[in-house]
Formats: sequence, C-alpha cells, structure tokens
Amino acid sequence: MSDVKNVLEISDTKAIEQAFESLCHEYEARKGGFYLNQVSGGYQIRTRPEYKKWIKLLLRTGSARLSKAAMETLAMIAYNQPVTRGDIEHIRGVDCGGILRMLLERKLIRVHGRKEVPGRPMLYLTTGFFLEMFDLKDLKDLPTLKEMEDLRNDKQKTREQRTWIG
Amino acid sequence: MGSEELRYNVDLENVFEGPMDLLVHLVKRNDVDIYDIPIALITDQYLEYLEMMKAMNIDIAGDFILMASTLTQIKSKMLLPSDKDEEEDDPRSEISAPLEEYFCIKSLAQILAKRNRLGEDTFVRNVCLKDMSLKPEDKIIKADLFELIDAFQRIINRLSPEHKVEFKAEGISVKKKISEIAEFLEAKGNASFDELFSGNTEKYQIIVTFLALLEMAKVCLIRIVQHVRTGVIRVFYFKD
Repeated sequence: MSDVKNVLEISDTKAIEQAFESLCHEYEARKGGFYLNQVSGGYQIRTRPEYKKWIKLLLRTGSARLSKAAMETLAMIAYNQPVTRGDIEHIRGVDCGGILRMLLERKLIRVHGRKEVPGRPMLYLTTGFFLEMFDLKDLKDLPTLKEMEDLRNDKQKTREQRTWIG
Repeated sequence: MGSEELRYNVDLENVFEGPMDLLVHLVKRNDVDIYDIPIALITDQYLEYLEMMKAMNIDIAGDFILMASTLTQIKSKMLLPSDKDEEEDDPRSEISAPLEEYFCIKSLAQILAKRNRLGEDTFVRNVCLKDMSLKPEDKIIKADLFELIDAFQRIINRLSPEHKVEFKAEGISVKKKISEIAEFLEAKGNASFDELFSGNTEKYQIIVTFLALLEMAKVCLIRIVQHVRTGVIRVFYFKD
C-alpha cells in the first residue's frame, strides 16, 4: 500500500483500496490465468491453482514441498513465535537442527535475538516470505484453533455416522 | 538413529522418529481419548514396541527409554489409592499435556499444508528488487567466493610462518564461534572482515571464524558485501 502511495503520489487509502477491489473483480470476471491476491500485507498477482499442472511443466522448477516433520516445525514456530530450538524439540520430541537449517536457507524463518536465559539460545520467527508462501495476509490470518475444532467435529461426525451404520 | 530404523523397517509399520511419535501412534491406534488415557494399556503396548525394536537389534535412543520410565511411573501412581482429602493433579497430565499440544501442532500443520502454496499451486513472476534498491554512488557488489578466499589468504599470510595447525581439546567449535560473531554483530550491526579476524593469533581460530562466517551466510544470518572502490569486505547482521 505504501509503495502505491509513494509511486503514484496519492494519499487516499480508501481510493486505492477501491481501485484494487475493482481490479480484482475485473480479473475474476475475465476468468483468465491469473488473479489479484491480498497477501503478506500487500497485493500480488498470482496464477490460478487450477492451472498449476501446466505452469509447473513450463517452469520446470523443483517442488516446493515440505516434509511432515518440516511442516510441524514450521507450524510450531508460526503459532508460538518467538521460540527457541529447545521449545520445538520439547514438543516434537526429536532433534530438529537439520530442519531448522533448511527452513532458514529457504528463508521461511529467521533468527531474531536470543532468549535471556542461560545458554542464550536463538529465537526463531517466521518471515514475510512465509506469509507469501502460504497465502496469508498477516500472522493473524493463520488458521485458528476454531477451524481445527470444526475439522475435529467433522471427523467426529463421520465417526458417529459410521457407528450408526455399523 | 533414523537411518538404523529405516534399515529394519520391514516389520514395523512406521518409522518412529522419537518417543512422541510412537505415543501418538498408539493413541491413534487404540482410539484413545487423550483426556482419559488408559495408562496401563498404553504403557504395556509401548514397552512391547521397545521389546520388538530390541529384538530387531535397533538401538533404542535414550529418549525412548526415558519415556518408558515416565509411563511406568505414571502407571504406578494411578494404581496407588487416591487420597480423597488431598487434591492431586492427575498424574497422566505429564503425558496428556504435551500430547495435546503435539496433536494441536500436527493438525495446524495439516491445515497450513492444505493452503495454496507458492511454488506448488500458484506462481508469481520473480522480480529482483534487491538490485534496484542500491544507490549508484554507494555501489556494493555481493562478495564473490573467490574474493572471500583471497581476503582469507591475506589474513593467513599475515600470520608468522611458525604457526602450525594444532587441534587442541579446548579449541573453539564453529557453533560457538557463530554465537560469538552473532553477539558481536547484534551489538554493532555490521563489521569489516578484518575486524572479525582481529585478535585471532592462531591458525585454527582463523579457520573456524571463516567457516562460521560461511555457515552464517548460508543460512542468511548475515550478508557479506564488498565495496567496489576500496575492496573492503563488510559483514552485516541480517535484518528482515
């Protein structure tokens, strides 16, 4: 938003937001290969997931996949930041040094200071790129426990249905 | 430990990274309510698994054994007659609390993984903003690996030739050196290459410092840049 304001020399936030909205609708109506997305505190044009198969063939890039262990470590950091390596290992019960290194290299997490306890371990946070990668507007946009509750309730319902039929 | 388990994976359904994984597996398999764990059942099954691993000559890590003793301790506490006058915490909370948090994180990770991921489901055009943000007068180029080695060579050559590489027991590790450099940079924000090497009189110290810097650059803890005119290499603490 600030980039737009500075470059176009407009200070009316509302007007810019409306402009973005109409652009968004335009792209939606067009049903083309891309759409306008609100992510990581800004706006970004992205390709539609429906066409991912072809785009992947075109770009021939390696997979952006993360292992379950890596995802769990990332989730641990995302929801509890800042955390130390010890905090993560206490919950997951395994050594995650290699995973942390990989996440740092991929710029999904970063170090931000040290905890003021003996040993002064490093504190980890997620980065702006993490928000971009998982299509989040900001950290408040992280899926909440409520959505998790709904997931659990759905599983419970299907389980109950099964026992009825059982 | 992980590679050994994989080798003998034939009969085990799962490769268990740690005791928590095994516990979670047992809880799921028995469809247990983590708020009311049948501790005797779980403990017995857990110990059975350890026996199986031992029978297959898999080295059981200390963590697994620690968990086994924790479970057994809780089981015996549950067997003791409860004193109705005293209000005691459910001894199972030692297990159920971290289990609950672990399940929580696992579910959240699953939800996160389902989202449209950049590089997997959706894509953007790559714009290199970094190159565009530099002021022309202040031209800085990212230090080339060979430039770094040159600078390193110069520092080594300054050492008197009598210094040999001695690996002493008390020598500083790369990990410790990374912590040292991180602390130094946290306070100062940035430092020149020479500054980071000053005070190092021994060859092994210089090598460890160099390795530490390379490692820190790799995980993006620092940025290494070289001034075009003066050739001075400067290390910056990475700020997002």
